[in-house]
Amino acid sequence: MNLRDTLSLSFMTVVSYRTRSLLIVLAMALGVAAVVVLTALGDGARNYVVGQFSSLGTNLIIVLPGRSETSGGIVSAALGQTPRDLTLEDARFVSQLPQVKRLAPLNVGVAELNAGGKLREVTVLGSTAELLPIRHMKLSKGSFLAHGSERSAQIVLGSELAHEFFPDGNVIGQRIRLGDSRFMVSGVLASQGESMGFNNDEIAIIPIDYAQELFNTSTLFRILVEARSRNAIEPAKAAIQHTLKLRHDGEDDVTVITQDAILATFDRILRALTLGVAGIAAISLAVAGILVMNVMLVAVAQRTAEIGLLKAIGAPSADIRHLFFAEAVWLSLAGGAIGFGLGHLGALLIRLAYPQLPAWPPVWASVAGVAIALITGILASLLPAARAARMDPVNALSGK
Amino acid sequence: MIRLTEISRVFHMGDQEVRALNDINLEIASGEYVSIMGPSGSGKSTLLNVVGLLDRPNSGSYELDGTNVTALSETEQARVRREKIGFVFQSFHLIPRLTAAENIELPLILEGVAPADRKTRVEATLDAFELRDRAHHRPAELSGGQRQRVAIARATILKPTALLADEPTGNLDHRTGAEVVALLEALHHAGTTLIVVTHDRELGARAHRHISMRDGEIVGDEK
Ligand SMILES: Nc1ncnc2c1ncn2[C@@H]1O[C@H](COP(=O)(O)OP(=O)(O)OP(=O)(O)O)[C@@H](O)[C@H]1O
Ligand SMILES: [Mg+2]
Repeated sequence: MNLRDTLSLSFMTVVSYRTRSLLIVLAMALGVAAVVVLTALGDGARNYVVGQFSSLGTNLIIVLPGRSETSGGIVSAALGQTPRDLTLEDARFVSQLPQVKRLAPLNVGVAELNAGGKLREVTVLGSTAELLPIRHMKLSKGSFLAHGSERSAQIVLGSELAHEFFPDGNVIGQRIRLGDSRFMVSGVLASQGESMGFNNDEIAIIPIDYAQELFNTSTLFRILVEARSRNAIEPAKAAIQHTLKLRHDGEDDVTVITQDAILATFDRILRALTLGVAGIAAISLAVAGILVMNVMLVAVAQRTAEIGLLKAIGAPSADIRHLFFAEAVWLSLAGGAIGFGLGHLGALLIRLAYPQLPAWPPVWASVAGVAIALITGILASLLPAARAARMDPVNALSGK
Repeated sequence: MIRLTEISRVFHMGDQEVRALNDINLEIASGEYVSIMGPSGSGKSTLLNVVGLLDRPNSGSYELDGTNVTALSETEQARVRREKIGFVFQSFHLIPRLTAAENIELPLILEGVAPADRKTRVEATLDAFELRDRAHHRPAELSGGQRQRVAIARATILKPTALLADEPTGNLDHRTGAEVVALLEALHHAGTTLIVVTHDRELGARAHRHISMRDGEIVGDEK
């Protein structure tokens, strides 16, 4: 019997055993759909997080005071050495490093904003003109903090704040009170929405020394550094650590985080997670494979007389084996294709429901899902097909 | 030409041994019309199955049209079965989900005949067996006589040299049984070797050669 006839004959069989076939196809399809949807979710989450981090800035290095807990923190505490704070002087030294393109010192606090008869607490960032390019921020109106002239009492408002305090849109040049000091609005940030759980539209930005005065501190919360290039990130990190160690009497008391490292960690974790859920979904496919095997074994038993008849009219064992094998191929193909469609539909629905989440099924997952369906289906049919082919025709004809 | 030499077929049931065929020697020439009769359990079906290459003897040799078929591989035996032998069973053995035409087409598919050729040959066979108006009916929608006609059409579409029928009228009433017998005899007249196993004396008597069996042995062989 040739391939075409084997395929068409087994196709007719699959179609005529409608309930049985639907059951198998459904089990297969659900398994494949689960692989596709779950990997879409996992990969979407990964892309979302990576995107969020990337929006923070390019080639970003973050310097924060204190050792990271993993090394030495307890020792230095035991020796009675409190970690030295970061200062603007530290920032000035770091900014002179050749690997550093630009840098923005950062202070964060909360203060009362008072303007146009309204009053509310806002998050205040103190920084310099460099914050804008480093953090990839954009202005919708006016100008950002001025270069070099940080002593002028400028304030830049988040879009939401600007709208709330000056609904008429006439905001540039307006005078407002922040805590006890007066500021003049020089610019408004373009709306950015939330990023990393931090609403950029509800912040106010003032020059760093005003912020230090406002919060009555001489230390910095962070220094944001932009390296000259991607390749300069690691050398810059080492140079920053070296410089600050020298300035801090040989004490390693700052932590330098590169955005790349954070990204890589998240990337790794979320990739592992995606693989994990894909694996679990693949197990459901293996279970579907066992179902296929059982249903096929029952089918072989039910069609014993028919197998005997085929042998009696001259079908060699190979033909019988191929027929059952082809049935499994059809069922798995249908299951794989329907599951592929269902999975992509599911991913589309997720994207519609959560537009921020780029839940696109990765190509490898779709291919792997369908391939696993085919392979399990075919493997599961090997035993039943072999059993059918091995049947003794005389016994088979008498239904034994 | 069928030649069986010292053919034995032994079944083991637990520790009991059943000699279904006991050193059978038999020669049937091409174009003969033979009936095989005997009490139940005497080995008639087993003999037919060995002749039809459905069953392998434990010992002895079987020569079909000059070739020793006992030595052939499973695949080669299947080909011989397909091309030289047609089986007709008491219970028809039609595939229930296929139509009459599709059941008749099966041997052509196994043989690898091209679809267009298949179609013309099936049509011709449907006409020859007066099944044209039943072509697209499934077995469940056919009468017993029609089912057996479909089975005979299927058994003969590849023009086998020998037609082996095991109780072909066993499931049919007298009149349809007679019709089926007439059909088988027509095929015999066209040159096919016809071997019929039956309990029906009347049918057995119609053959030109009568073989009687008892306990796995041939106890009578008259022309
Ligand atoms: N597969 C088998 N396993 C064990 N014993 C078998 C098997 N097939 C046949 N036999 C035995 O072989 C003997 C001959 O059986 P066979 O079917 O050839 O008889 P038969 O003449 O066709 O009988 P009937 O007229 O009832 O059909 C019987 O004793 C039977 O029990
Ligand atoms: Mg019998």
